[in-house]
Amino acid sequence: MITIKDLHKSFGPKTVLNGVNMHIAAGHSMVIIGGSGTGKSVLLKNILGLITPDSGSIEVNGIDPNTRNRDAFLDMFGMLFQGGALFDSLPIWQNVSFRLLQGKHKLSNSEAHEIAVEKLRRVGLRPEVADQYPGELSGGMQKRVGLARAIAAEPEIIFFDEPTTGLDPIMSGVINELIREIVVEMGATAMTITHDMSSVRAIADEVAMLHEGVVQWTGKVGDMDNSGDPYLDQFINARPDGPIEAIR
Amino acid sequence: MIQATQRILSRIGRATLAVFQSIGALILFALTAVSHIFRPPFYFGAFVRQLLNIGYFSLPVVGLTALFTGAALALQIYSGGSRFNAEAVVPQIVAIGMVRELGPVLVGLMIAARVTSSIAAEIATMKVTEQIDALTTLSTNPMKYLTTPRVLAAFLVVPLLVGIGDIIGIMGGFFVSTSRLGFNPSNYIQNTADFLTFIDIVSSLTKGAVFGFIAALMGCYYGMNSNRGAQGVGEATKSSVVVASVLILASNYLLTEMFFSS
Ligand SMILES: Nc1ncnc2c1ncn2[C@@H]1O[C@H](COP(=O)(O)OP(=O)(O)OP(=O)(O)O)[C@@H](O)[C@H]1O
Ligand SMILES: [Mg+2]
Repeated sequence: MITIKDLHKSFGPKTVLNGVNMHIAAGHSMVIIGGSGTGKSVLLKNILGLITPDSGSIEVNGIDPNTRNRDAFLDMFGMLFQGGALFDSLPIWQNVSFRLLQGKHKLSNSEAHEIAVEKLRRVGLRPEVADQYPGELSGGMQKRVGLARAIAAEPEIIFFDEPTTGLDPIMSGVINELIREIVVEMGATAMTITHDMSSVRAIADEVAMLHEGVVQWTGKVGDMDNSGDPYLDQFINARPDGPIEAIR
Repeated sequence: MIQATQRILSRIGRATLAVFQSIGALILFALTAVSHIFRPPFYFGAFVRQLLNIGYFSLPVVGLTALFTGAALALQIYSGGSRFNAEAVVPQIVAIGMVRELGPVLVGLMIAARVTSSIAAEIATMKVTEQIDALTTLSTNPMKYLTTPRVLAAFLVVPLLVGIGDIIGIMGGFFVSTSRLGFNPSNYIQNTADFLTFIDIVSSLTKGAVFGFIAALMGCYYGMNSNRGAQGVGEATKSSVVVASVLILASNYLLTEMFFSS
């Protein structure tokens, strides 16, 4: 369960989040939409404690991100970064099972390799990829490796920052299904940022639209089409004209 | 007039505060890096990789630098010394010059060029591509995983490099002196060995350890604090090398003062 209350964040003079309120129930899939540069990635980083908010509160299962026990807090999460953020000095399999190779209960190399291959298969990558390096993969392949890394330790909360950007339509379908599966089968709580409306409909239980630093609209995915909100309408129907200006 | 003075004063004040702030941040960074040496988990594999990278792979550049410097030094001392009939002191001055000053300083500067820059560029790139954030979310402390192994490895292995540089530098002087200047090989070695004291060698290795620490620390500090984008990486790399070099030369003076002044 994630609860965000009146979250503010500025970078210098630039206000990015200006009072965001949001609630995501355990085991639900929330999709965040909104124009480029509206602070979607910044919101996820605030929840993870990678960025400290200026004001407002965040609670994940009742715990503040700046808790003293950061390791236990972060152990709940898996995160796919927008740019993949793979460790380019490590082979793919070590990237995927990075978390499984750390800490008290760390696995042996062969066990970790095996799990990595299995997770890679789930994101549609061949076992051979496991022994390559990130620099040798295409952008879309790197994205999927990042996805495999996010789900490798089977976390209870998973954040996906644009999981299908840069993928072909078939692969996007595979990934949408995978995310849905993770939520339904593993009971994980998911927060996904995407610009792809077919992903939104495939993945979401609930949708929130960020605009000008606040949640402009939020509700069930089924209510999205007749929300009566001019901002949301413009966005999901991809209309150039409307209340949202094209220059941001 | 008063207003102008005020403005200048306040600008000086702000600049001074900024300097102290960055010194404070740097000291805090150093203390954090060191404190992780004593707190588990330990990344032994990363440490060994850095030993190789900083130590072993720096050998060629250190060897060549020391060899040519020792050789040139011998020529200079010979020609300078001959002006007052003191050509005979070549072995002693080469030894003392290499071991006390040139060995550690040249190795330190070479490490700043080779190691500081690569550490800064690597870590800054990791920062820019969100790899540092990714480490954190995977419950791995970036200071512990990236900084501590590098700083510790440099602290331990650069003295070794300095020792090797000292020896190769003396050999450079030896080759030139015996082949071109007519020195007797066994006398040359005898004079060198007799003249060097224990404290010369201790000071040399101590300088190596301090310079190694500074070089790795600056690479990590500027890398971790890099701004976004390719420009941020370039800026971080440049600043790290410049600051590391200046700090190495400044601390060299202080250490020389400490070891040899009284
Ligand atoms: N570390 C930072 N320092 C300064 N500004 C930042 C930082 N991170 C983000 N910003 C700014 O915050 C704003 C929101 O960025 P964010 O990455 O969250 O956008 P986004 O909604 O994810 O957009 P996109 O869909 O293009 O990924 C941008 O204007 C960006 O320039
Ligand atoms: Mg983003």
